[in-house]
Amino acid sequence: MDTRLSLLQLDSVTKRFGGLTAVSRFSLTVGAGEIVGLIGPNGAGKTTVFHLLSGFHAPTEGAIRFKGVSVVGAKPHQICRRGLARTFQIVQPFVNLTTLENVMVGAFNRTDDAAAARERALEVLEFVGLGARRDVPARALTLSDRKRLEMARGLATRPELLLLDEVMAGLNPTEIEAIIGLIRRIHAQGVALLIIEHVMQAIMALSQRIVVLHHGEKIAEGRPDDVARDARVIEAYLGART
Amino acid sequence: MGAEVLLGLALGALLLAPPFLPPYFLEILISVMLFGYLGAAWNILGGYAGQFSFGHAAYFGIGAYTSTLLFLNLGVTPWLGMLAGGVLAAAFGLFAGYLSFRYGLRGPYFSLVTLAFAEMLRVVAVNTKAVGSSLGLVIPNREPAAVNFIFAGKLPYYYVILAMALAAVWITRRLERSKLGYSLLAIRENEDAAEAAGVDALGMKLRAMALSSFLTALGGTFYAQYFAYIDPTITFGPSVSIQGLLQAIVGGAGTVLGPVVGAFVLTPVSELSRAAIRGRAGVDVMLYGVVLVLVISFLPHGLMGLRRGRGNPPRVPLQ
Amino acid sequence: MYGLVACGLSLIFGVLRIINFAHGAVMMLGMYTTYWLFTLLKVDPYLSIVVTGPAFFVLGMVIQRTVIEPNRVAAEHNQLLLTLGLALFLENLALVLWQGDFRTVRPPYAGASFVLGEALVEVPRLVACGGAIVMALALFAFLRTTDVGKAIRALAEEPEGALLMGIDVGRIRAVAFGIGSGCVAVAGALVTPFFYVAPDVGESFNIMAFVVVVLGGMGNFVGALLGGFIVGLAESLGATLLPGSLKQLVVFALFVLVLLFRPAGLFGGGRGR
Repeated sequence: MDTRLSLLQLDSVTKRFGGLTAVSRFSLTVGAGEIVGLIGPNGAGKTTVFHLLSGFHAPTEGAIRFKGVSVVGAKPHQICRRGLARTFQIVQPFVNLTTLENVMVGAFNRTDDAAAARERALEVLEFVGLGARRDVPARALTLSDRKRLEMARGLATRPELLLLDEVMAGLNPTEIEAIIGLIRRIHAQGVALLIIEHVMQAIMALSQRIVVLHHGEKIAEGRPDDVARDARVIEAYLGART
Repeated sequence: MGAEVLLGLALGALLLAPPFLPPYFLEILISVMLFGYLGAAWNILGGYAGQFSFGHAAYFGIGAYTSTLLFLNLGVTPWLGMLAGGVLAAAFGLFAGYLSFRYGLRGPYFSLVTLAFAEMLRVVAVNTKAVGSSLGLVIPNREPAAVNFIFAGKLPYYYVILAMALAAVWITRRLERSKLGYSLLAIRENEDAAEAAGVDALGMKLRAMALSSFLTALGGTFYAQYFAYIDPTITFGPSVSIQGLLQAIVGGAGTVLGPVVGAFVLTPVSELSRAAIRGRAGVDVMLYGVVLVLVISFLPHGLMGLRRGRGNPPRVPLQ
Repeated sequence: MYGLVACGLSLIFGVLRIINFAHGAVMMLGMYTTYWLFTLLKVDPYLSIVVTGPAFFVLGMVIQRTVIEPNRVAAEHNQLLLTLGLALFLENLALVLWQGDFRTVRPPYAGASFVLGEALVEVPRLVACGGAIVMALALFAFLRTTDVGKAIRALAEEPEGALLMGIDVGRIRAVAFGIGSGCVAVAGALVTPFFYVAPDVGESFNIMAFVVVVLGGMGNFVGALLGGFIVGLAESLGATLLPGSLKQLVVFALFVLVLLFRPAGLFGGGRGR
């Protein structure tokens, strides 16, 4: 892949916690406007990759570049400011703030003015379909709405790359369908996406490219249907399920 | 609308009634305003940012000692000394805050460190001859002069502290609607999520720290000028730190009016109990203890929580 | 001595995950109990442990059941404030009941001392020190060998696991708080022969106990004892090097440094949180 086009670039990234290697010599690129799926059995190190990308962990070895600039050692808010936003696997809304206020916190990333932040937040809320819930405290939202809120807060920061960590987990098929539609609309706005997901049908349908992580190592990468036929991938999943 | 009319009436009463009040009530009102003011200052860091300082006495003491020492030794007017104390306190707050936040101290650990910082200053003050050791400092009674922050009666002091309390409430109101305010609330709710949403947690907390300690120090100067006497235990002791947070917690932490409402409830309670049981020190603080336990058990969002559910500390923290 | 106070505190923290500000106040009450037993009934301070220990164990359990347990789901800082409120109440209750005077308990042996090598050893201090060690060892043995002790340890280490194993978590929490309170009351009784008794006496011990617990690692009993030793050492070192009450400065400085750099304690692994 042409490096000039790649938005995000990981070179041989390793993360060790004490004696445990969570991610091992992992390389990955995400191009501008691309949708990449990151899959793998539980404990494969997917969420650790997100923590590394968003600045919550520092890699033990390797380089991470976003828009050509290293983000190793940068704090989460600095990375967010550069245009890389994320959601959390376990949703983390500010429970005592209203839906609108939650999203405003993200919107302040691009403005110091409260009125402008409010306007941007309202726009994003409409976009994700939470417009009617804007004055409800986040603790009163359903899981499905909380997942949308999580995405809205990320979107409000005006990212170029959005990391989604299992935004479909725990949702019913109708809700999943709606989230897939939302992700497509986010993509249509020119935002690149890196998605961790266990809902296979969804990730296969959405992703242009899929990367498979197993025991912290990349075991396969390619077009969704190729990856689905890969012997090592099948073994990893079947092995993990027994 | 009803609430605004009520607030307007209360403000009118606070502005106009005092000249006609007997001195005893005026004294109580001054206490109410001072504690409400200290509560509001604490509230910025404790209520909004959720960083529970147990050591705001440090800033109070710095304010009281700075202005008094400048006045006694160099003849600098306490009005200027007040600002100097505020700046010094903010600097100390930034130092203590940077150390604590930089090394990731959260929750109770932060509380303990702030307590330790205040106690260290107290010990230093007790052992430093130049600031009067444990005997403290007296501002000798001299000619009343507005320039020197010395007034003839209690009334001018009342209007000074009223203005300070109103200013603190106004600042809180402004804060609540600003980027800083939203950022602090987000940090209080969930610091990691706030960071991920682009909030510079360290920077924002330090701003709250500086503002809170600056304002607290101004209260220290007021105290010194009003009572004309300060000593290490009064100014740096744990009771000052507790006073500030008590008003905010009882009234409602993280609300604009909470600290002032808290002061209006707590101060009369303590005055009445002191009047009821004379000659026995400690009754008022004992009642504070009871009130604190009761409020946390039954009104975890403070008195303001009776009105609405927003902007209050989480009863159930996430994870 | 600080070790025993801190042991109780550490136990309460380990099991309840609460930093107990009321700990010093309970110690103060223990000292007053000793004082009154001695003054009114002529009960020897050391003998009174038999009364204060169990009595404060029960008191601790009652406090935990009525005040702390109902607020278990409250935010962390609210629990901190809860114990602070308790401390304010107890201390000032003592102030109201018995005024702020310093009182002393002076049994005949209060001034007894002997010379060991070049040092003057005061008997009551020696007894207090020995008593603290014995108590700590007993506590240690209790936690290691008895069922209740094991349950307490399980709860401190793996709260969810303990729940799954069918341990009555609420009861164990109350017992732990009771033991912590009993310990500190006994510590209070042990120091009365050479210390003054006053409503705010617990405060100075309280802060020291925090230092000790943090030094030794929260919830780490052996650490608490070692921490007590270190604080005692730092204090006497500070006393010889610095004038007046500046010795406390050394202890506070130590405290801040440990909190900042080793929040899991000197003997703990990694960072606390």
